[in-house]
Amino acid sequence: MDLLRFITAGSVDDGKSTLIGRLLFDSKNILVDQMEALERSTRNMEAGQVDLALLTDGLRAEREQGITIDVAYRYFTTPKRKFIIADAPGHVQYTRNMITGASNASLMIVLIDARQGVVEQTRRHSIIASLLRIPHVVVAVNKMDLVDFSQDVFNNIVIDYSKVAVQLGLRNVSYIPISALRGDNIVDPSKVMDWYEGKPLLQYLEEVETKDDINLTDPRFQVQLVIRPQTDTLHDYRGYAGTVISGVYKSGDSVTVLPQGIESVISKLEVGGREVEEVFAPQSVVIHLADDIDISRGDSIVRSDNLPAVSNETDVLLCWMDEKPLQPGNKYLLQHNSRLLRVVVRDVAYKLDVNSLQQQAVDAPVKLNEVVNATLKTASPLVFDSYEKLSVNGSAVLIDETSNSTVAAVLLQQ
Amino acid sequence: MAKYHLDYLEELEAESIHIFREIAAQFERPALLFSGGKDSITMVHLARKAFAPGKIPFPLVHIDTGHNFSEALDFRDALAAEVNASLIVRKVEDTIREKSLTEPKGKFASRNWLQTYTLLDTIEEFKFDACIGGARRDEEKARAKERIFSVRDEFGQWNPKLQRPELWNIYNGRIHKGENVRIFPISNWTELDIWNYIRKEKIALPSIYFSHEREVLEHEGQLIAVSPFIQIDEQDVIATRRVRYRTVGDMTCTAAVESTADTLDRVIEEIIASRISERGETRIDDKVTEAAMEDRKKNGYF
Repeated sequence: MDLLRFITAGSVDDGKSTLIGRLLFDSKNILVDQMEALERSTRNMEAGQVDLALLTDGLRAEREQGITIDVAYRYFTTPKRKFIIADAPGHVQYTRNMITGASNASLMIVLIDARQGVVEQTRRHSIIASLLRIPHVVVAVNKMDLVDFSQDVFNNIVIDYSKVAVQLGLRNVSYIPISALRGDNIVDPSKVMDWYEGKPLLQYLEEVETKDDINLTDPRFQVQLVIRPQTDTLHDYRGYAGTVISGVYKSGDSVTVLPQGIESVISKLEVGGREVEEVFAPQSVVIHLADDIDISRGDSIVRSDNLPAVSNETDVLLCWMDEKPLQPGNKYLLQHNSRLLRVVVRDVAYKLDVNSLQQQAVDAPVKLNEVVNATLKTASPLVFDSYEKLSVNGSAVLIDETSNSTVAAVLLQQ
Repeated sequence: MAKYHLDYLEELEAESIHIFREIAAQFERPALLFSGGKDSITMVHLARKAFAPGKIPFPLVHIDTGHNFSEALDFRDALAAEVNASLIVRKVEDTIREKSLTEPKGKFASRNWLQTYTLLDTIEEFKFDACIGGARRDEEKARAKERIFSVRDEFGQWNPKLQRPELWNIYNGRIHKGENVRIFPISNWTELDIWNYIRKEKIALPSIYFSHEREVLEHEGQLIAVSPFIQIDEQDVIATRRVRYRTVGDMTCTAAVESTADTLDRVIEEIIASRISERGETRIDDKVTEAAMEDRKKNGYF
């Protein structure tokens, strides 16, 4: 059994909470006491019936204001897969949360209200899927019950969205007509929409092929920490602990340590204290090298015949996430996996309109939720791949050293 | 399954080990909050793997309410000795005495709430900058919204509206003096994941997780162990039942479930069959208010 992480994009009005509630409810992941709590809060709200949407509303502060303020994570399991849902609010001002939730997702469910069709918000969410290169997109056309389960309405939405998908370069897009409220095409095929021949949503989620989502061709590894027990029995033990970011490493591989540029050979590989012949992404491992080299946290160990970029200057897309605007020329810390570097943000070239993907001139400070292209100058060389080529080694965050806040998501470009 | 493929437990394990290593690398004085329950036992197992063959580079800290099951305490001491970790125990009772705190009164009066005081004092005493907890996001609504690295102010308070964005698997643990971070390496595990992992890795658990005979008091459908820490009234019915525990907390606020499951396989079978979630079945104090956990988190409780 494997694990699928997905994000749901849509607003409360699109029936997003109802959809998640339905997935949890119909896959029998809601338990008696949660159900009771649900009935209690429904009664408090004098709504009359059990409101599935309430299952996903978290904090009291939110319930009082009737909004969702942050990403929440939900879990459910079927006999075929374990699922982690990043439930992110889809309002205009919450691009930050959408990106946070989407950063770990390999699939996005874009919810469309059948009565509204493809609207501005649909485009905005899809642009995030495109920016972050989420491998799979499912367009769930919801509230089909309110358009008489019309095949024409569905088909027109498919035609409209296909244009968006082509424009944004989205891969693997599927379309499912649903009614989250009634449960049509969620777990069981809809009896009313017999014209739809595809899989119900849950079956699609269970069966979507994800093995190609992890890159196994370009070996990348960054040292998180050096394990040196320095006890009598383990006096000479020196292992480099970290996560295989991508690719496969084998004992005997010729490797290069970057940014130093020193070559060596893998002498031993360990997983959880056990010696193994090969390791692969996303395992947490320990690598041993044949030579004694000065290596510390943040250094990369890569195969000598497959090198990433090493550079002091790089183009980036910045998704700004802080209330305080970006100050070009300011110094920030860049955290690239476990590596921390001092950087200066230079030359903000253009702003990306998150509704149209148009490049616009930047004439004011870069504010919360804006996406811009800029140049980063780093204090020492950054070892990376472009986000487009290898997202797991092309992503980073900016940290404001004075507030310690994470202020931007960084997509590295070459 | 294809070559170079992790199943869900292996993937969860890799993620947790990654987090443990980030903690050791980013913080000067981390501590693992150890309760003696299955979640913290699983965390010790993961930490051991993360730093093998070295020892776990931080102490285990137990905030002892004085209302623990003796089986859990014995297990705690044995485990700390086995993994060669230093164990720090601080007692809520001492805090109550030193700070003249008022103990909650009533039938199942719980010191759970007072743990916060002892915890904050302990953080100050040892200048811990990171406290590693075993909370899971599937447990409860407020937890579902909390980051894996959760920054707290000097009062230990969580501000749900002011959380740092947490992207990819990049964890920003930078803090100001006086602040600390609560870190939850098993955030993405569910109760069943933990049980399945315990079975797969053959992790030992305290005996009270398995069926045993115990004197219990039946109260509103829940079975509470008879102990000196609860108030027994005349009309209470006390009976000896075959029970096991699904979570292990204080004797005053953890309920037993009737069960004959005496092996891990049978326990897991029962959990899959049961239609009641973990907190609802076994935590007495959660029913008080719906926002109980939200309030407690904001006030510095784990």
